[in-house]
Amino acid sequence: MEQALLKINHLHKTYGDQVILKDFNLEVNKGEVVVIIGPSGCGKSTLLRCINALEDIQGGEVLLDNEAVFKEKKNISKMRQKIGMVFQSYELFPHKTILENILLAPIKVQKRNRAEAEKEALELLTKVGLADRRDDYPRQLSGGQKQRVAIVRALCMHPEILLLDEITAALDPEMVREVLEVVLSLAKAGSTMLIVTHEMAFARAIADRILFLDDGEIVEESSQPKDFFKQPVTDRAKAFLKTFDYE
Amino acid sequence: MQSLGIDVLFKGTNFLRLLEGLWVAVRISLISVAISIALGLVMGMLMTSKNRILKMILRLYLEIVRIMPQMVLLFIVYFGTTRVFGWNLSAEYSAIIVFSFWGVAEMGDLVRGALISIPKIQYESAQALGMTPSMTYLYVILPQAIRRLIPLSINLITRMIKTTSLVMMIGIVEVLKVAQQIIEANRRSSPNAVFGVFAVVFLLYFLICWPISKLAGYLEKRWA
Ligand SMILES: Nc1ncnc2c1ncn2[C@@H]1O[C@H](COP(=O)(O)OP(=O)(O)O)[C@@H](O)[C@H]1O
Ligand SMILES: [Mg+2]
Repeated sequence: MEQALLKINHLHKTYGDQVILKDFNLEVNKGEVVVIIGPSGCGKSTLLRCINALEDIQGGEVLLDNEAVFKEKKNISKMRQKIGMVFQSYELFPHKTILENILLAPIKVQKRNRAEAEKEALELLTKVGLADRRDDYPRQLSGGQKQRVAIVRALCMHPEILLLDEITAALDPEMVREVLEVVLSLAKAGSTMLIVTHEMAFARAIADRILFLDDGEIVEESSQPKDFFKQPVTDRAKAFLKTFDYE
Repeated sequence: MQSLGIDVLFKGTNFLRLLEGLWVAVRISLISVAISIALGLVMGMLMTSKNRILKMILRLYLEIVRIMPQMVLLFIVYFGTTRVFGWNLSAEYSAIIVFSFWGVAEMGDLVRGALISIPKIQYESAQALGMTPSMTYLYVILPQAIRRLIPLSINLITRMIKTTSLVMMIGIVEVLKVAQQIIEANRRSSPNAVFGVFAVVFLLYFLICWPISKLAGYLEKRWA
């Protein structure tokens, strides 16, 4: 049996007396693409944010390579470098150029050689079709372009897993595809990803495994995304998928 | 020019004395502003901390500074503390202490405002990239906050420079005091000097504050 890359054991997360995640368990294998869908407010973002310790948790543990992500403050930077994250809203640093946005963490956090990091950054930028924008500022880019840069910025840290939280939700429809294409190519290249999305066609195409979340728990899980979308088993999943239909 | 009384400035060393007075005011402002910026940055960061008690103390400090007229603070520090504690504090040091006490509080509040105006996602995306809190502040938050701070802090700095005219109340001979002395000495020979000399003082303040506002405007545009 393959060792899971990411293990979430008995995760418990509350905000005040509101329980968001109760005894949550999940394993993600290396190279696997797990897509999480579910109604708004069910705890998807909270789950991703707990994984890289942007939220403190009230119980359980998150293990990456069998090492706890959050044990002590000293360790957290090292663990976060292995976990790339892209958020829904544009989180590029507005005072830095595209290239500087990408290079900041590799140079300052990972202490990498600038020339080497820059070479890699430009290769990645070329792959997402934005090499010519390297010296522009984020405000000069469209939403879709900014998200592609955010993906490149995460990739340049060589993360072992990528967490993508509704990265196209704030985009104009015509820009969604250009971003999702990039994610698809990452999946093909074997990246391990945990993806939250509302793009059902995309979820079906990319997922090795699909999780339907409601009220902070996994209601339905399927390793056959095509079947899941055609014929969900649980009523809650049926009701949720129905909201995307217009027939 | 006789009618404006500016000529008295060219008698003897009068103009030189005026410039010396100006230098006193500028020196006090420069030192106080430097202290205010340095400690104000720290104070602003502390004001955004999660520690309730610390926040309350800093808030109280800010309120005291805002309520107290600077002149009262000057009197307390210069006349009050020297009497009570019996130490020997020069007027200039007293002035620097008071202006810094004021400037740190006001600058701290400006820094706090600039810091909380930076969206939370900026902190989080820096952290998600593995940056430590100090890296996050240094490379991501402060550079953005400082850009927002410039126009506001320039305003504070020019206010501080202008308010240094109060220090003559504790016996410091700064530009305004020199102006008064010159006018007094020439009351008979050129009664209009009161206009001309103060006009020159006005011009001197302008010459100092105007480039600062210009610089602020330039930086604001460049970093917008
Ligand atoms: N910082 C917070 N403080 C209090 N409650 C929060 C906070 N963030 C999220 N929540 C609550 O947690 C629940 C799950 O939120 P979230 O994980 O953002 O949902 P999703 O991403 O699935 O839409 C929601 O009910 C939301 O109101
Ligand atoms: Mg969400």
